[in-house]
Order: sequence, then C-alpha cells, then structure tokens
Amino acid sequence: MIRMKFLLAFIAALAVGPLLLPEFYVTLLNYIGLYAIVALGLVLLTGVGGLTSFGQAAFVGLGAYTTAYLTTVHGVSPWLTLLAGLAITAAVALFLGSITLRMGGHYLPLGTIAWGISLYFLFGNVDFLGGHTGITGVPALSLFGFELKSGREFYYLIWAVLLVIVLATRNLLDSREGRAIRALKGGTLMAEAMGVNTPRSKIVIFTVAALYACLSGWLYAHLQRFVNPTPFAIAQGIEYLFMAVIGGVAHVWGAILGAGLITILKQWLQDWLPRVFGQSGNFEVIVFGLLMIFVLHRAREGLWPIVLRLFPAQNARPRVADAEPLPRRSLPERGSVVLEVRDATKRFGGLVANNAMNLSVRAGEVMALIGPNGAGKSTMFNGISGVDPVTSGAVSFRGERIETLAARDIARRGMSRTFQHVRLLPTMSVLENVAIGAHLRGQRNFVHAALRTERVEEARLLHEAALQIERCGLAEHMYDAAGNLPLGKQRIVEIARALAADPCLLLLDEPAAGLRYLEKQALGDLLRRLRDDGMAILLVEHDMDFVMGLADRVVVMEFGEKLAEGLPEEVQRNPAVLEAYLGGVE
Amino acid sequence: MDLQIALLLGQDGITNGAIYALLALALVLVFAVTRVIFIPQGEFVAYGALTLASLQAGKLPGTLWLLLGLGAAVALVEIALALRTRQMRRIPSILLLNCGIPLLLGGILFAIPPATLPLAVQVVLALMLVVPLGPMVYRLAFQPIAEASVLVLLIVSIAVHVTLIGLGLLFFGAEGSRTPAFTDMSFEIGDALLQGQTVLVVVASAVLIVALYFFFERTIYGKALRATAMNRTGARLMGISATMAGKLSFTLATLIGAFSGVLISPITTIYYDSGFLIGLKGFVGAIVGGLASYPVAAAGAVLVGLLEAYSSFWASAYKEVIVFTMIIPVLLWRSLTTRHVEEEE
Repeated sequence: MIRMKFLLAFIAALAVGPLLLPEFYVTLLNYIGLYAIVALGLVLLTGVGGLTSFGQAAFVGLGAYTTAYLTTVHGVSPWLTLLAGLAITAAVALFLGSITLRMGGHYLPLGTIAWGISLYFLFGNVDFLGGHTGITGVPALSLFGFELKSGREFYYLIWAVLLVIVLATRNLLDSREGRAIRALKGGTLMAEAMGVNTPRSKIVIFTVAALYACLSGWLYAHLQRFVNPTPFAIAQGIEYLFMAVIGGVAHVWGAILGAGLITILKQWLQDWLPRVFGQSGNFEVIVFGLLMIFVLHRAREGLWPIVLRLFPAQNARPRVADAEPLPRRSLPERGSVVLEVRDATKRFGGLVANNAMNLSVRAGEVMALIGPNGAGKSTMFNGISGVDPVTSGAVSFRGERIETLAARDIARRGMSRTFQHVRLLPTMSVLENVAIGAHLRGQRNFVHAALRTERVEEARLLHEAALQIERCGLAEHMYDAAGNLPLGKQRIVEIARALAADPCLLLLDEPAAGLRYLEKQALGDLLRRLRDDGMAILLVEHDMDFVMGLADRVVVMEFGEKLAEGLPEEVQRNPAVLEAYLGGVE
Repeated sequence: MDLQIALLLGQDGITNGAIYALLALALVLVFAVTRVIFIPQGEFVAYGALTLASLQAGKLPGTLWLLLGLGAAVALVEIALALRTRQMRRIPSILLLNCGIPLLLGGILFAIPPATLPLAVQVVLALMLVVPLGPMVYRLAFQPIAEASVLVLLIVSIAVHVTLIGLGLLFFGAEGSRTPAFTDMSFEIGDALLQGQTVLVVVASAVLIVALYFFFERTIYGKALRATAMNRTGARLMGISATMAGKLSFTLATLIGAFSGVLISPITTIYYDSGFLIGLKGFVGAIVGGLASYPVAAAGAVLVGLLEAYSSFWASAYKEVIVFTMIIPVLLWRSLTTRHVEEEE
C-alpha cells in the first residue's frame, strides 16, 4: 500500500504544483513532462523490447512541424493536425521499421541516426518550413472553448497526457501482447516457436514509441508557439535515450524520473560548468556521457529500481481468478499419423547434419529419438518445428506439408515444443512464462490491451496457464521468477508452456535432464497421461531407463542418419545400435 | 555541368571517398572483433586534424591534457585492480605506460617548438598524441562490459561519443581549423587538372589499406584479430586474449581515424564536432558492406564520397539529406537479400 500512497501523493503534488510554484519551475516541469512522453516510448522500445532508436527527436520534430505548418499556413484546427502528424509518423515508422527490423538489432539504431540527421537538415533547408528560422505564430490550443495560453494552463494538459500514456503503456505490458513484446528480449527463437509474430511485435513497439514522440512534438509546438530545427537534432535524440537509460529503461516510471533528473541536471550544469571552465559551451554533455557509462557499468537497470527499494512492495499475491476454460483443439484420431518426415536433409554449408531422415509419429504414442551426442537430433527437432528449416525433403503435419512454413505458423497448426537449452524469461513469473505458450489462443491486440478491454480473454489465458502449471506439479512456484527455479524445474516450466498452446504434437528436447529420480517419475506419469489423452509426443532423451520405460517406439540416429527403428526391446537388441553406443566388439 | 566540372567533382568525391573508405574499414574491424559500433571514430578524426593544426600553429594541443587525464584514469583503475589481486609488480609498468609516456610526450612538446618541425614529424607527433586515446577509451568504457549485448555496447559507444565531443570543445575550443595543403603540385591530364592533394590522399589511403591487408594476412597479431572476429570463444580457447584483441582493434581504428583527420584537414575546416558526420559517412559505407565485408564497405564509402560531391553541385543545401537518405535504399536492399538468423547469445 505504501507504493499506492506514494503514487497518490505524487499525483496530488502534480495537481497543486503550478498553483504554488514560480513560473520558472512550471516551465521546467512542462519540459520534463514533454521529455518524459518521448522517454516512455524508449522504455517500451529499449527497456522492454531490446531495440533502440536515436532518432526519436526527429519524430518529435515531425509532430511539431506538421502542426506548425498546417495550422499557420492552412489554418487547420490543431486537433486535426494531431491526427495528421500521427498518421505521417506512423507511416514513416512502419517504413523504417520494416526495412531495418528484419536484420540484426543494430540496424535500427543506425538507420534512425541517419534518418534523424536527414530530417534535421531537411527542416533546416526547406523554404516552406521556414529554414533555420522555423515557423512562428503557431496558434494556442483551445479545449472546450478555453484557450491554453499560459504555461500554467498548458501544464495540466501535458501531465494529463503523460499520466494517460503511462497507464496505457502499463496496461499494454501486462497483457497477452505485452508478454509477446517482453519475450523479444529473450531472443526471437522461443517467441516465434510459441506463435508470436516477432517482426510485427517489433514494428508495433517502434511505431508506438514514434507516436509518443510525435504527440510530444505536437504539444511542444503549441506550448512554444513556434518551431525551429534545433530541438529535433540528433543530439536531442541521444539525450532522450540517456533519460530513459538513467531513469530505468525497463520501468515506465523510470522515464519520468530520468526526464526529470536530466532536465534539472542540465539546467544546473549549463549554469555552472561554463563558469568553472571559463568558456561558454554545452559542457554538460561530458557529465551526461560519463554518467551514462557509469550507469551502464554499475546499474544497468537505471535508478528506478533503487528508488523502488525504498518502498518495498506488499507481499499479497494476485490470485488467478476462475475463468471459463479456453476452447480446445480437436485432437486427431488415436493411432492416425500426425507427423511424417520423409527424406529430410539438413546441410550447414558442407556439413550434413541430417541425411535423408524418415520418421513418423502417431496420435496417442510416445516416439523417442535417441542417439549419441552430435547425431543430429536437435537439428531434426529444429527442422520439424520450423525454427531452422530442413534443406530438402518433406515434413507433413496432420496431412499438410509444413517444411517451408515459419515456426509461428507451424505452432498455429498445433505443434508445440521445448528447448534443449531452456529458453524462459528469467525475471518474469512462471505464470507469465507459461501464458506465453497460450499466445495463439487469444486474439485481442495491443489497442484492446492499452484500453483494458481484453480482461475477459486475459483471465481465461492466465487461468489456462495456471491449469497447466498445476498439471505439471509446479503450483507452489506459480508466482516465482522463472530464473530462480532449479534447472530441472525450469524444464518442466517449458513443458507447461508448450502444453498451454493446446498442441496435438509435443516435441520435447531432453525433458528429463537435470531432474531427480522422483521428479523423473512424475514427468513420466505426466507424459503417460498426455499420451492416454491422445497426444502425440516426440522426445529426444539420453536417459535410457526413462526412454525405454516410456516410449512406444524408438528411432536411433547416428551421424545424421537413421540407424534403427522399432519397439524399445528390439532396438535394445539391435547389434548396430549396441555398436554405436558401446563400441564394436572385434 | 560540363566535363571539366564533372571531373573536378569526381576528384573531390574520390578524395573524400578514400577517407570514408578508411573509416569504414576501421568500423568493420572494430565491430567484427568487439561487437562495438564505433561511433566515437569521428571524434578521433577531429582530434587528429585539430592536433595537427595546433602543432602547426605553434600551440600546445589540447589532446595532451586529454591524454594525461585519460592515462591517469587508466592508471588508477589498473592500480586499484593490481592492489586487489596483489600483483604489485605490475604497478611500475602501469605507471610508465599510462603516465610516463604521455608526460614524456608533453616534455618533448615543451622542449622543441613543434611549429618549426618538418610536416612528417608533426604528423607523427599528432598521431602519437591521439592514438593512445583509443585503447585507453577501450580500457575504461568497454573492457569492463565486453560481454554485454550489442545494444548496451552501442549505447555506451554513443555515451563515449558525447563525452568526447564535450571534451573536444573544452580542449580545442569552438573555432575550426584548417591546415595548409600538404602539396600545391598539380598535374594536367588533357583538359583536366589533377590536384596533388587528391593524389596524396588516395595514395596514402591505398598504402594504409595495403598495409592493413598485410597486417591481417601475414602477422600473428593480425591473424589473432581475424580469429577473434570469426569466433570469440574459439579464439580465447587458443589463448588469444579478448582484451588484447579489443585494445588492438581500438588502437588500429584510432590510428586510422586520426590519420584520416590528418588527411582531411587541408580539404575542409574541421571543428571539434565535425568528426561525427564524417564518421557516419564512413558508416553508411560500412553498412553497404553489411558491417562484415571489407572490400564492399570500401566501395560503398567511395560511392558515398562521389554522391556527396555531385549532390553538393546539384543541390548543395540538401547534400547531407541526400547522403544520409542513401542509407534507406541500402538498408532496403540488404533486408531483402539477407536472411537474418539469430545467433545464440
């Protein structure tokens, strides 16, 4: 409750602030608000999504110049120019995002630097935008017939907008789409295998961040009543990133903290440093740069987590509410072939990791894929699940060819998997990790999430995740951070996540590694129950006792090829298999 | 535009392009070895040019104070580490390397008025003042977080860039400098006038590129850098220190940057913050090569130089807009032709 009280006190202070403070501080608070709106977009992009942009100032400029030009030259209402600015910004962000985000993560920031510089020079050179002198005479905003002429009046608009988008961003992050966005930071491989369209998620957050910046620019133009290119230069774009990083790049409130800190510090340093050095100039950048390096070396999460420690959270845990169960997929008929791999070959350059592999899995059976290390089992898994497609050959799933489909499209058809190297998001709770598995069972998008109109669906998704966690015997860990669990249990979380997708084929890559004896027994019981319910299971495993006690059929691989196939007893007697595992007897 | 102007612009473009090509190579090198996107490269270009200009003007270059300051900071960090790990024997060599040599350089500058020295010696002095800054920056800013993600390294890189810009203003002041041309020779080929300066820059760049080629192909350190670029873990298992590779790649990049600054200083007036745009043009070239291919990066950089020269004739106000917008078709083309496979981090 302490945090709640603190928040209410903060909002109350914001509300009475302009009534008590002198003009100078109101202006400062206005700027902090405007900067925080931009920094909040960077929190979403950098802290949550693991991407970054140095060109946010250019998006601010786009918002400011659009309204300045349209209101002064064409006399358009500022409320319409806001829409125009947002539309232009969205178009630019979608375009930039679509050409950079397909490649490595560093192309987006480089692209945004270049675009930020281009736009700055464009603002400064285009005649109808006033060149370097800019545009003056931007009209004041009027709200319900009341003109916001002074900074004190404008203050309430800026901070109301800021608080609304803080709330919307928080809502967005605490939702199905939000989990998909947060999954980006853990690498796109897992997210894609859970059905998340990761390029789309990346473009969405880049666009949202750009729209926030545009909104800030629109407010700026009507507060200042004139625009010129200087505040939209790349240096300002870098400063926005500094605000987000120093404040706490993974926390929405960090944006406000960072914007406040940097703005006040800048004011103070700009007064003080030129006197120390005896010459004028923007020396505050030296301090900001060093501060950034220090923060990234010593406190990569920024200052907000340090503030949070002063106000410990209460321990009352949210409970997963009962909700209507999600609809189930209709399972294929028991004994029918679910997965069929024909002559699948995978080459990495000159290395043939899988050579003309054939295997099939039926509904209601456990098929085990075994073989010495390096035999190509995980490669086969990646080929089947579309994570790393096969070079040639056919993979059919429920009668449909899938070898050319993306991992997320295969997931949508009812195949779900775990990873040999656990891919959980360590700071998220077990419940949220498992809920990522149910991603494809919800439809509501990020707009619904921001407006909280998806709560019914969200409750059903979380309820489903909780059911799968209980089914896997991890109920006591439901709210623990996934990274705090022992490795064996993390593997079980991966299985729960795969089950949350309601698959009809489950691919398990070494599920029993790192489990203790009793845990292995429990896992075996779980897999038998799933099989009895009609699930098809394909598993890679090294523990022979576990495999032989569980599998209905076994395929043995060596050097990327199939060595043997059959019932567990047959395979165990097969001389070729014995030779592969134990060495030949001359 | 007649042929003569076209040729003149072409010359300008190739001169600048050769310098951008050098920068592009250094950027590819640093990225491949350390995964750092080396934004501060541009500041070393400016430092190189401004240091040479100070020496020629008979002033004490501000770089000296920067070198003494950074050297002292590195020495402090290293000595603290040596004390913690009880390796007292390392302390004298730490002090000599990071404080002694900069002090010695300072002493030389005080003893001999540099304005009287021949140009080549001035250039060497300028390089000696600027180049050690590179590995020092690596030691202080990047080495402690060498294993961080590309994103974190990029943000630190930007922070270093911003800091160096501020320090550049502090030590060199706001006025720009331009050094006299290295040579006023010119050759007449048919109708066209070939300037000696152009020839000099292109030849110097070519020599440096060839020297780098031999360094990478023939020397053990060059091979160590290539090995690190190809596979960091594998190189470490073979006994190649990642720290050594990082410092060496930063030293080379700074050398290339400062030398580019020396080459460009007679062509345009350089201010403390001019380096950023120059470095970024190298980047546009490097991106053409996908931050991986040296020859394509160099070709891309020459293309940037030519584009810049011709656009300064047709639409001089939009020169920067055109050059930096060129990155968009390049990115578009790269994103359509490369299939990005996520690396295991």
